[in-house]
Amino acid sequence: MSEIDLIDKVYRGFMKILVTVKRVVDYNVKVRVKADQSGVELANVKMSINPFCEIAVEEAIRLKEKGLATEVVVVSVGSKTCQETLRTALALGADRGIQVDTEDGLDSLAVAKLVAKVAKEEAADLIIMGKQAIDSDNNQTGQMVAALLDYPQATFASEIVIEDGAAQVTREIDGGLQVLSVALPAIVTTDLRLNEPRFASLPNIMKAKRKPIAVKTAEELGVNTQSNVETVSVASPSDRKAGIKVGSVAELVEKLKHEAKVVS
Amino acid sequence: MSLLIIAEHDNNELKPSTLNTIAAAQKISDDIHVLIAGSQCQSVVEQTVQVESVQKVLVADNGAYEHQLAENISKLVVDIADAYGHILSPATTTGKNLLPRVAALLDVAQLSDVVEVISPDTFVRPIYAGNALATVKTTDKVKVLTIRTTGFDAVSSQGGSAEVVILEQVIDSTQSQFISEQLAESDRPELTAASIIVSGGRGMGSGENFHLIESVADKLGAAVGASRAAVDAGFVPNDWQVGQTGKTVAPDLYIAVGISGAIQHLAGMKDSKVIVAINKDEEAPIFQIADYGLVADLFEAVPELEKSL
Ligand SMILES: Cc1cc2nc3c(=O)[nH]c(=O)nc-3n(C[C@H](O)[C@H](O)[C@H](O)COP(=O)(O)OP(=O)(O)OC[C@H]3O[C@@H](n4cnc5c(N)ncnc54)[C@H](O)[C@@H]3O)c2cc1C
Ligand SMILES: Nc1ncnc2c1ncn2[C@@H]1O[C@H](COP(=O)(O)O)[C@@H](O)[C@H]1O
Repeated sequence: MSEIDLIDKVYRGFMKILVTVKRVVDYNVKVRVKADQSGVELANVKMSINPFCEIAVEEAIRLKEKGLATEVVVVSVGSKTCQETLRTALALGADRGIQVDTEDGLDSLAVAKLVAKVAKEEAADLIIMGKQAIDSDNNQTGQMVAALLDYPQATFASEIVIEDGAAQVTREIDGGLQVLSVALPAIVTTDLRLNEPRFASLPNIMKAKRKPIAVKTAEELGVNTQSNVETVSVASPSDRKAGIKVGSVAELVEKLKHEAKVVS
Repeated sequence: MSLLIIAEHDNNELKPSTLNTIAAAQKISDDIHVLIAGSQCQSVVEQTVQVESVQKVLVADNGAYEHQLAENISKLVVDIADAYGHILSPATTTGKNLLPRVAALLDVAQLSDVVEVISPDTFVRPIYAGNALATVKTTDKVKVLTIRTTGFDAVSSQGGSAEVVILEQVIDSTQSQFISEQLAESDRPELTAASIIVSGGRGMGSGENFHLIESVADKLGAAVGASRAAVDAGFVPNDWQVGQTGKTVAPDLYIAVGISGAIQHLAGMKDSKVIVAINKDEEAPIFQIADYGLVADLFEAVPELEKSL
């Protein structure tokens, strides 16, 4: 390594990024509730990386490509099948993976405890997570990891700028946009407009097969994954029936005024 | 046991979403306390003491709370949490940012987007973009919930006479700093509080063409919404997005223009009372849930609609 490179590295620090990825039902699938109301039908359903996690991986890789990070580690919590999701992230450009081997469907607090432990072990400077898993629709795990580590958080990010040991993050909030600066180490959760993830190239998919995936257990991490929340039942929402087609704008206005009475 | 609600406000006004959250709280407890953490937020306090069913208003008025950063407010809430069996906030971006942090500090679960209270420990919440409704029971000592406002009719902003309690704790973390904010200013009603919404999708073709929608909205006193595709394309700002990962709305009338009706969009609007779809593709999935469908080119239909209102 040349002296310039060395100074450069020391100056920028060795920022390590941890990214969480969850395996979920593909966003194109309309799930069906099981007849016994115990959950939704997951057999023979297409599974994919959670879209917000894919955005998180892309952002980490871009930071590495800009020379701002030295390593991107991806972690997934679940049964062996979530290694597929880790491979997807490795094919996009992450360096190595960690599977925390547990049953699927742990609640967010348990996942957060496991992720917090891994983040500590890895001494990650930045943890990028999806804002929401599109199966549970919880939107909470990142905030919980931040609480457990007593790190600052910047949720719903649409832009991340790293400078001087802090992340300046633009957040999508109900009223518009907000910019926060959070000191590293910090948690950032991704929103849809942060970036558009790349497609993995075939050579990169091949290369990903040789990248390492470590397996850890909750016991090894010293985390109790028990939950006090029980799913009593899962039901289908009452279906909305299609109404009628109107032939013209005039007919539409007539119906809205006199039939639905929602316009005066 | 007492129940604590974290108020949604902007230091001037109590937001209507707090009133829906109080409606959910009424089904759990009749000792409802509301926390107002902010800076120079006296007018919010004055509004909140008058709200129906509120027994106590806790006020933490300090510069440290001006932007309601989660790092500070979560510790403040945890500081007073001992007295409460439930902690609630609206499922807005502020509530979603804060409450999971509170729950993790208390080592309890957090239930998101509750749409129905079955009993003080059992709740219903949508999962999978609203394609399933989960009934969940929690035995945690404190139950931390965000409330989907469309699930509960707002309580009255009048009729209460709550006691005011001043909190002296100041928690000022330096980990996170507010830099700036760009808030939309509009004379139209807020999306989540509007009784009529007109939304545009990718079919609008450009941001300029949204003026067609805006003129209809102005005639109806409606709010304007959008699909993700319209926001991603840069036609309109992010805070107009309706859907699974945007805002959830349930107005009396929702008019979807040039929106195909992807499940993620439907997740945010399918509980509207009356749905109208205007789309040139008669196969568009939006027609499967619309009460009134008009198969037409929006560039002809929308100006005509505007004229006939
Ligand atoms: C993780 C994730 C989260 C998402 N969250 C959301 C969300 O919160 N909200 C959301 O909306 N989407 C969300 N989406 C995106 C969603 O899947 C769809 O891509 C999006 O809703 C499509 O928007 P659209 O209907 O405007 O565009 P399109 O599907 O492209 O539909 C455009 C429609 O306009 C019609 N049209 C075109 N020209 C005309 C014309 N001249 N006159 C009349 N009709 C015309 C077309 O027939 C078509 O039906 C999400 C996706 C993912 C993966
Ligand atoms: N089992 C899991 N494994 C890895 N990451 C997860 C898991 N569950 C949640 N996450 C992360 O937390 C984010 C938010 O999830 P949620 O709070 O469940 O909506 C997801 O986008 C993931 O990045």
